[in-house]
Amino acid sequence: MSLLEVKGLVKRFGGLLATDNLDLTIKPGELHAIIGPNGAGKTTLISQLSGTLRPTEGSILLEGRDITRWPVHRRAALGLARSYQITSVFTEFTVIENVMLAVQARSGSSFSFWTNVHSDAALVEPARDILRQVGLLDVADVPVARIAHGGRRQLEIAMSLAMAPRLLLLDEPMAGMSHSESKEMVTLLRRLKGQYGILLVEHDMSAVFALADRITVLVYGKPIACGRPEEIRKDKAVRAAYLGEEEIAA
Amino acid sequence: MSMSLIAAQLLNGLQLGILLFLMSAGLTLVMGIMNFANLAHGSLYMIGAYIAAALHAMTGSFVVSAILAVAGTLVVGYLLERLLLSRLYGVEDLYQVLATFGLILVFNQTVKIIWGQAPVFMSTPEFLSGTVTLFGLSYPSYRFAIIVAGLLVGLGLYLAINRTRVGMWIRAGASDREMIAALGVNIRLVNTLVFAIGAALAGFAGVMAGPILSIQPGMGEPILVLVLVVIVTGGIGSIRGAFYGALVVGIVDTIGRAFLPAIMRALLDPEIARGAGPAVASILIYVFMATVLALKPNGLFPAKYR
Amino acid sequence: MNTNMLSRMRLSNCVALVLIAAFAVAPLVAHGIGQPFYIVLISRIMIFAIAAIGVNLALGYVGMVSLGHALYIGIGAYAVAISLHSGLANGWAHLLIALAAGGVIAVPIGLVCLRTSGFGFVMITLAFSQMFFYLAVGLRQYGGDEGMPLPSRSAFFPLDAANATTFYYMAFFVLMLVLLLLHRLIHARFGMVIRGCKLNEARMRALGFSTLRHKLVAYVISAEICVLAGVLLANLTRFATPSYLEWIMSGDLVVMTVLGGAGTLIGPLVGATVWVVLEELLASFYIDLPWNLSEFIRSNWTAVLGIVIIVVTLTLKKGLYGFLVARDGGVR
Repeated sequence: MSLLEVKGLVKRFGGLLATDNLDLTIKPGELHAIIGPNGAGKTTLISQLSGTLRPTEGSILLEGRDITRWPVHRRAALGLARSYQITSVFTEFTVIENVMLAVQARSGSSFSFWTNVHSDAALVEPARDILRQVGLLDVADVPVARIAHGGRRQLEIAMSLAMAPRLLLLDEPMAGMSHSESKEMVTLLRRLKGQYGILLVEHDMSAVFALADRITVLVYGKPIACGRPEEIRKDKAVRAAYLGEEEIAA
Repeated sequence: MSMSLIAAQLLNGLQLGILLFLMSAGLTLVMGIMNFANLAHGSLYMIGAYIAAALHAMTGSFVVSAILAVAGTLVVGYLLERLLLSRLYGVEDLYQVLATFGLILVFNQTVKIIWGQAPVFMSTPEFLSGTVTLFGLSYPSYRFAIIVAGLLVGLGLYLAINRTRVGMWIRAGASDREMIAALGVNIRLVNTLVFAIGAALAGFAGVMAGPILSIQPGMGEPILVLVLVVIVTGGIGSIRGAFYGALVVGIVDTIGRAFLPAIMRALLDPEIARGAGPAVASILIYVFMATVLALKPNGLFPAKYR
Repeated sequence: MNTNMLSRMRLSNCVALVLIAAFAVAPLVAHGIGQPFYIVLISRIMIFAIAAIGVNLALGYVGMVSLGHALYIGIGAYAVAISLHSGLANGWAHLLIALAAGGVIAVPIGLVCLRTSGFGFVMITLAFSQMFFYLAVGLRQYGGDEGMPLPSRSAFFPLDAANATTFYYMAFFVLMLVLLLLHRLIHARFGMVIRGCKLNEARMRALGFSTLRHKLVAYVISAEICVLAGVLLANLTRFATPSYLEWIMSGDLVVMTVLGGAGTLIGPLVGATVWVVLEELLASFYIDLPWNLSEFIRSNWTAVLGIVIIVVTLTLKKGLYGFLVARDGGVR
């Protein structure tokens, strides 16, 4: 069974068609990238998958369950974890508190009024494990406000991982990163690949072609091609519609 | 109860609704355009009433003192916006609520210093002291004049907002501030204009209410609470919402106060009804508001499109 | 962070400790200097501080600006008054009745209010408290708009609440209890969720939290803390009046919270202290100033308070204590 199955998805904003009859499947453990020019409807798609936008038509199935009409928090509890295009970590909390909050979301009740979270081993231990995994353990107790942009992006990923996700929705995780920060992120994603299903929206083509198992090309909300990176590279329609030669060379 | 009594109370409700609309029109636009919550709007109403009463006592001319009082509140509103409130645009609701709460205390005390603690009275102008006969019902001319004047001002506002360029900016600003900024319109300037006109309208409401109320420090707060009810139920930023909201609140409140105690006396134990009647009547509009917001959290006529 | 907090005594913590110690010994000092009047005054400060702490839970930690918490003070006060008039003198029973009534009223009101946000929330909380204000005015058999005196204080067996000093320490105990509860709560799992909601509610939902449920519980706890304050206030003044439910009262509580520092543990205590003391000082201002200024301030102290509010909002957004906390590195 596919991890995620999207069938006939349509989203209209007034007269504008942002998602045009889109089908998409993601297999367990697959890293599936979505590329397309600006305004292709990539973030709109992610928003519909995560539940902040209601599709006009079509259905979304996660592990065979129809979640099309579920609210955001129920999808998240089922293992759909979204990282944001604009970093939206909690800057007033420390790094580890951010991750602990994500751990807390899937581990039992949050109606505990007395025990300090920092002495709650069920939160601290998993959070430290994840910080180790993404390489942020050194700054665990630093308030996020004092962490650089690249670090916040890694923290976004760490929070997604802490939700024990089945499917990660990564919306441009490398946007605004320096070259070296991007390289670290690629290494991190390569390590995560295979453990989770990942839907990656990204403008950095070299990263996409290096990481993706399959790529879907979106133009005006419509998928014009879907296949393995080498197939996409050769696809005439894609070249014509979107990819510049120099980007493929890079 | 007779039909003429009901009709008279309906007119009273309409008259209160018109005053509420005059108060709400400016405030709802300011809240819509700048997301600014101004609790001190009721103070402008009070200032309008005081200035008019003082000038009326001095000049003896109702029309002259009304015009000067409206001009005076326009100036007060303009200065208030430029000197103080414009600094609060963009900060959290909380601080706007607080700062304008502080302003209320200052304004109330200021009028107390100038005009004293005791209520001031303003006489009805000579030419409106009689009654008019409507469909066989005799009704005080002055109250009738409030309704007519309010409707005329409302019509003027409607035309200004729907037929002029500035009106278009105002409407656009209330529904989508970014868009109007992108069009190159100076939104701050538009807002200052709206604020000053809103102040003048509140002042006008104060002038009109002057002869039928006792003018005293703190008179702005009870009506402010009603105005806020109107704005929130009508939909923040919506003139249309303010108009319908004001009429509903004015009529429901007046009719409720006039008839509910009697109805309850008929249905309930008189001892209980005597106490509870007026209370339930006062509560009616809040029940109305809570019901509207529970069903439509953005009000009846939301101005924002999201 | 925890070890840091303990090892370094920060200025904000010192201020908090000194303030609490001062409250602990105040009755002794008042008796010592032969001014027992101060015991009542400081009891009043503590009761407003308790209410402001309740408001702060909603306002400072969840970001819900309520202009209707006076409603819950009223519920506490009227629960005591009505019970006493019906012949029930047991204070513990009053406490139970008040908290039960508070819960029964706060849950549905919270559910409706939380459908709105921003200014809509401010207004709908105000509307609900106005409803209860008029209800209290309409309670003719319980004094109507003039309110009613209580025949006695509640009987908190075995304590003697009629004794000013005993009552003072009862209020002090409740204050400490509420502070401890809040201190534990904001650092516990629940506190992390509501603080997360204040910072970015959409993100909290994306993490899988049902934010409405947590906000509702926070609202109800904050309401119940105000109910406690109401029970104490009625006992202190031996009076229950609709003016306890006036929206001006709600506004005062918000002012106290922000003046001291919203979102800090001790802020509301500082705010309530400064506010009540300021009221007292201004109303009896006697420093010898030129141009009869002293007389002017004394008779126009509400305007001076208004100016203080405006200045605080414009310049000291973090509040007096919040400013110290921020200076000390932002640890709450």
